Amino acid sequence: MDAKFFTAWIEETARVIAANRDHLTRLDAAIGDADHGTNLDRGFAAVREALAARPAGTPGDVLTLTGTTLIRKVGGASGPLYGTAFRQMGTALNAAAQPAPPPADAPPPGNAGAVPPAGDAGTTTAPGAEGVTAPAGGGEVTLSELAAAFEAALAGVRRLGGAAEGDKTMVDALAPATRALAVAANGGMKPEEALDAALAAAEEGAQATIPLQARKGRASYLGERSIGHKDPGAASTALIFAALRAVAAG
Amino acid sequence: MKKLINSADSVVTDALAGMAEAHPGLRVDRDNKVVYRRQGPTPGKVGLVSGGGSGHEPLHAGFVGYGMLDAACPGEIFTSPVPDQVMTATQGVDGGAGVLHIVKNYTGDVMNFEMAAELCAEEGIEVTSVLVNDDVAVKDSLYTAGRRGTGATVFVEKIAGALAETGASLAEVARIGGQVNTLSRSFGVALSPCTVPAAGKPTFDLSDNEIELGIGIHGEPGRTRAPAAPARELARIAMDAVHADLPLSGDTLVMVNGMGGTPLIELYVVFAEVAAYLREKGASPTRSLVGNYITSLDMQGFSVTVCRLTDELTRLWDAPVQTPALRWGR
Repeated sequence: MDAKFFTAWIEETARVIAANRDHLTRLDAAIGDADHGTNLDRGFAAVREALAARPAGTPGDVLTLTGTTLIRKVGGASGPLYGTAFRQMGTALNAAAQPAPPPADAPPPGNAGAVPPAGDAGTTTAPGAEGVTAPAGGGEVTLSELAAAFEAALAGVRRLGGAAEGDKTMVDALAPATRALAVAANGGMKPEEALDAALAAAEEGAQATIPLQARKGRASYLGERSIGHKDPGAASTALIFAALRAVAAG
Repeated sequence: MKKLINSADSVVTDALAGMAEAHPGLRVDRDNKVVYRRQGPTPGKVGLVSGGGSGHEPLHAGFVGYGMLDAACPGEIFTSPVPDQVMTATQGVDGGAGVLHIVKNYTGDVMNFEMAAELCAEEGIEVTSVLVNDDVAVKDSLYTAGRRGTGATVFVEKIAGALAETGASLAEVARIGGQVNTLSRSFGVALSPCTVPAAGKPTFDLSDNEIELGIGIHGEPGRTRAPAAPARELARIAMDAVHADLPLSGDTLVMVNGMGGTPLIELYVVFAEVAAYLREKGASPTRSLVGNYITSLDMQGFSVTVCRLTDELTRLWDAPVQTPALRWGR
């Protein structure tokens, strides 16, 4: 997976979000303020322009530019949250691509083979952090690195929004999908299979928000009346995984 | 749905163009979507910046001017402004005494203002925030995003703005803003939903004989649905909710606010009931506002906001103000 792949993912995300704009807005009208689809569509349209204007170097650069543009253009809660998610991914991928500075008495980099532990992923900002896998070469991202980048995204979203699983937010789709991806990467699955598993987990997680009572965000104002509706943020997160799966399928 | 718009995408910028033409006391930066006082920052005065989604007019841009805000950042309809906007506004009003951000308690508003405040701190501008969360319809608990910021925002902007004009420090201006919020409570009732231009459809369905109790200002449904009732009963429901949370006594500042689609005559009908309720509890409506001040597009309905006044707050409320939507005493 190279910079071209990640650019294609973001472009496909923009297309899928545009196609589902009214659907997302309708979900938001039921328990929020009827703008999730229009806001994300505006944001990803701006991202598409930004990527066209400034062809990105590394996979990490593509995702960092995506995140920064979303923060600058979307507003609301979804701008900072999705923006942070993509920026964290970008930072994690760029860090993974830096050769780790060889400690004086350590073996040369390239064979550590370790994925950063999940708990540390969100704070990986220093390039060349310990335990980071060396790049597969030429800006290629491995499945393990992608899984670690999603863990960084999840940690960033949880830190900013304070949501836990079960609060009826995007975390309900992002967390299980991230777990599924990590399990698949550790199990040595092929990328297509791993992304199938992640997409299935995201969609299942989004579907499972329907019977939940919202505890974060605007839907929480409705109390019990938020029960019976799918969370729009979880739904859009599942669409982003669908775009990733579609691009991997070619 | 019929709307007086050119296109759903351009509502906010088209309206800003109109504000710029109508109010020469304002300077409107349409590219960055920031509304400033014409004369720019006052050296040595704390700058006041607020902002939030559009669709609540006259809040916030209608309160930019002497005695209230120095700048407002309107976001898209019902969507908080982005950090760039808030940062531009903050830099534009900094007169060297620091800047106060007045933020309504919504997840998105809080995040975007926090990000902007961090960016401003890196630039060396001192920023303090006052969070407004006056809506008693939402329980402040671990199970919600906390109480919404609604009508008390108008009081905070007016009273903190008046204190800032006296040359008070950032800490003092922030303190009075926090005090107004602490002493204020609100409750809203909707007779109809509203229609967001980009959605083109009402935000919820409500039959002719139903109302929504405990609504916010974003067209979201309220806490409960109830049968329609006379104004007297609706005013009592709203005031009972306020009184249960903050026992009413002494002098009060009372706003009966229209949600955007309510005739003024109906707001006065409600105000009479609200005033009677206050007297019944041994309080008095010493200062009042009746009209559209913090709206939800074309929603029909009202909200009531009560602030328990101290002598200092009354004096600051009475101080001169000159903005498009509030002006007296100057």
